[in-house]
Amino acid sequence: MSTKPQAAQTEVAKDDSMLKQKTMMAGHYERLTSAKETGAKTCSTFVPGNLNELIMCFDLLNNLPEVNAIQAGLRKKSGLYVMESEKLGHSEDVCTYVKSDIGMMAKGNLAPNGKALPDPDVLMLSYTGCFTFMKWFELLREQYKCPTIMLHTPYEGDGKITANMRDYMVKQLKEEVIPTLEEVSGVKFDIDRLREYLKKSALAEDDLVHVLQSAKNKPSPIDAYFGGIYYIGPIFGAFRGTDDAIDYYRTLREEVDARVAAGAGPVTPDGDMGPEKYRLIVEGPPNYTSFRDFWKMFYDEGAVVVASSYTKVGGVYDLGFRHDPDNPLESLADYCLGVYTNRNLPQRVEMLADYVEEYEADGLLINSIKSCNSFSAGQLLIMREVERRTGKPAAFIETDLVDPRYFSPANVKNRLESYFQMVDQKRASATASGVAA
Amino acid sequence: MKCFIGIDLGSTTTKAVLMDGNQHILGRGITNSRSNYDTASRVAKQEAVVDTRMTLCRRGLAGAAGLEDGLDDFLGELERSFRLEQFLDQLGDLEATCKTQITGDRFAGVEKEVDAALVAIFDELRDTAPALFAPGAKRKSDFFRDIAGAHYLQVAEKVAKEAGLPYELLLNVYDKSIIDVENRPPSEDLTGKFVDALVRVLAATSGDGRDAGDIEQRVKDALAIELEETFVVGTGYGRVTLPFSKEHIRSEILCHGLGAHMMYPKTRTVLDIGGQDTKGIQVDASGIVENFQMNDRCAAGCGRYLGYIADEMNMGLHELGPMAMKSTRSVRINSTCTVFAGAELRDRLALGENREDILAGLHRAIILRAMSIISRSGGITDQFTFTGGVAKNEAAVRELKKLVQENYGDVTINIDPDSIYTGALGAATFAHRAVEDGAAREGVQA
Repeated sequence: MSTKPQAAQTEVAKDDSMLKQKTMMAGHYERLTSAKETGAKTCSTFVPGNLNELIMCFDLLNNLPEVNAIQAGLRKKSGLYVMESEKLGHSEDVCTYVKSDIGMMAKGNLAPNGKALPDPDVLMLSYTGCFTFMKWFELLREQYKCPTIMLHTPYEGDGKITANMRDYMVKQLKEEVIPTLEEVSGVKFDIDRLREYLKKSALAEDDLVHVLQSAKNKPSPIDAYFGGIYYIGPIFGAFRGTDDAIDYYRTLREEVDARVAAGAGPVTPDGDMGPEKYRLIVEGPPNYTSFRDFWKMFYDEGAVVVASSYTKVGGVYDLGFRHDPDNPLESLADYCLGVYTNRNLPQRVEMLADYVEEYEADGLLINSIKSCNSFSAGQLLIMREVERRTGKPAAFIETDLVDPRYFSPANVKNRLESYFQMVDQKRASATASGVAA
Repeated sequence: MKCFIGIDLGSTTTKAVLMDGNQHILGRGITNSRSNYDTASRVAKQEAVVDTRMTLCRRGLAGAAGLEDGLDDFLGELERSFRLEQFLDQLGDLEATCKTQITGDRFAGVEKEVDAALVAIFDELRDTAPALFAPGAKRKSDFFRDIAGAHYLQVAEKVAKEAGLPYELLLNVYDKSIIDVENRPPSEDLTGKFVDALVRVLAATSGDGRDAGDIEQRVKDALAIELEETFVVGTGYGRVTLPFSKEHIRSEILCHGLGAHMMYPKTRTVLDIGGQDTKGIQVDASGIVENFQMNDRCAAGCGRYLGYIADEMNMGLHELGPMAMKSTRSVRINSTCTVFAGAELRDRLALGENREDILAGLHRAIILRAMSIISRSGGITDQFTFTGGVAKNEAAVRELKKLVQENYGDVTINIDPDSIYTGALGAATFAHRAVEDGAAREGVQA
């Protein structure tokens, strides 16, 4: 998922990892858009709980409609797509990822390189934390009339993965997913090939975790939300299990280590961030249509996000999960079951409260998404509970994923500034009472 | 005297509060927010200074011979006389500006006639001005634009007819000029105006057993007290336009929280219904904001909504509350979406419902929306303070009291008559604290 905001107004030196990711993404879109000529087959799937390693076992290319919607958002095209979708009859309240994707198809389905994306040969939904995704794929199936695999992932309602859940998913993989993929691709499944990919995934995952946890340093060398969205691109998308991902995360890790050694803060689209004044934990997806303006509201105030839940929607590696070549299918099942959005509210609360403590954050900020009921449900409750447990202030802002009509800069800025000043006040009163004591 | 000033640049009005080193409020000022926030803040600040001078005059005149029982009346006269001076000053500016507009094809050949017409209009406006500021005079507004505008249009119609000039011509001159005059920083010579005002009042009341010389001296002493602008803090939607550095700017959420705390130290929950947004705020025992929620994405149910409804009904904003209070039965209006509410309003009118009952329903709809925002911020804890311009609307207050009782039981509800100044008060308090904390830090370092 390349989530690069618009080109910086002031030219900022690009790190090697950024250049590498750019090349990787360009190559990926080139492979996808030239599939017709090369004869490659494609599989459309989702980010949370995607089975990239398995898809690669069948020589299929991984296409992610969500990422295409994000790309359209960043490139300021999603507004047009969303409205196109509404013309087709989709209501204003429907997930704007869906509407951007549907509208984009109606407008020629152009990838960021300006070439048309191919019709998928198979649709694979491996995640059900959000029921809208099922409807989305039903719409795509209607459009493309191709085989559709619905891999049902049980919701972690009780906060743990049971043996039953895992067995149920492995059974589906064996009886439904793998046979269909074999049939669509004409490639025989080879479990050793899968093991090899999983081994590579785990290596890259180790480095990603190192990078994300580098935010425990003061100052944090990374922004784990806005910057984090770049970092998770390769591993949440089409590169998990590849040598490219291993190289990318190794390079990134070295860069981040160098920043830590130099005592440097995060890199922003305007260059190095000034002094770190606020350390935040953020819950919820960002807004992509005003991504850079949104980020600027943070770094202008010296606010850095040290951990976020959004960077865990494609896997909670920092809590210990790794793809396991010794138990390949079980490991894929655990992966799908464990992603952030498949977790119940107590788990989400615990994770966020732990982040506040572990990353020594000043508080929690929730970005509630207008068109995402799945992510947003229970967020006020999460906020209260994290506040109660940590004693740190929390705040709530509201935007949308890729619908530019629902990003009100004045409203968001007002809330953010109030929040930062609230943190200041809290600190001042804590210091005062500390002195008094 | 060290002064601390808070300025709240709201979308509809700009407010200023001036306090002394003991955190006593000396003066409050308000003006309509214009496109030029810079001027609005200067006007509001100057108004707060005028109010402060009145406070200082009151202090200075305490015990003056002949004013023992009549101090309030005397100060009332002094202020009205001062306002008249101010009005005449701006009227002069308006006349001069109007005269510069008599150019171009439209005025070709009639320049002299238009000029003479303007002289006639402004002479009459000056002649009738004292009556506008006479005791008990009723004005629809206190803002120059509204007062001068209404009278100009009235007089111009008559003068145009007499002079055989097209009315539109005189209208055009006024339209082009009023914005300039409004956006011009007001003259800073307050002392001169106060002295002129005082001379007029003393002349009119001579022989009342007062010692005019003593009174004049006391007023001049009050005017001579230096008001040292120690620290200014700005808040509100226009705050970023203030020529202040960052430490002089606070969000209105924090300012309303702290302002409410200053008015009622036991406040734990604050509701502010402003022009553009509604905020539910939770504060701790020191007035520090613990949590807040705002209306999202649209201004449904905010002060602006009432303005819209007033326009729809062809009424003044301030007439809505009193009319709603006359309601005898409740009409349910579901929508706080401004446009939907307009539709419901028309529908109800068409069904024959009376305006009082519909308005009561509209007020209830706003407060229902506010209740949702409060509950999202953590609900109502004793004591509860309602701030912002809408807190002056008795119908909104009535609905709020009912709904608070229904949902949270017996909690103390505070509504200050000066609730509209809460944000500015919070800002002034921040200004005071900034200096106090700075001094404390220096003390620690020393």
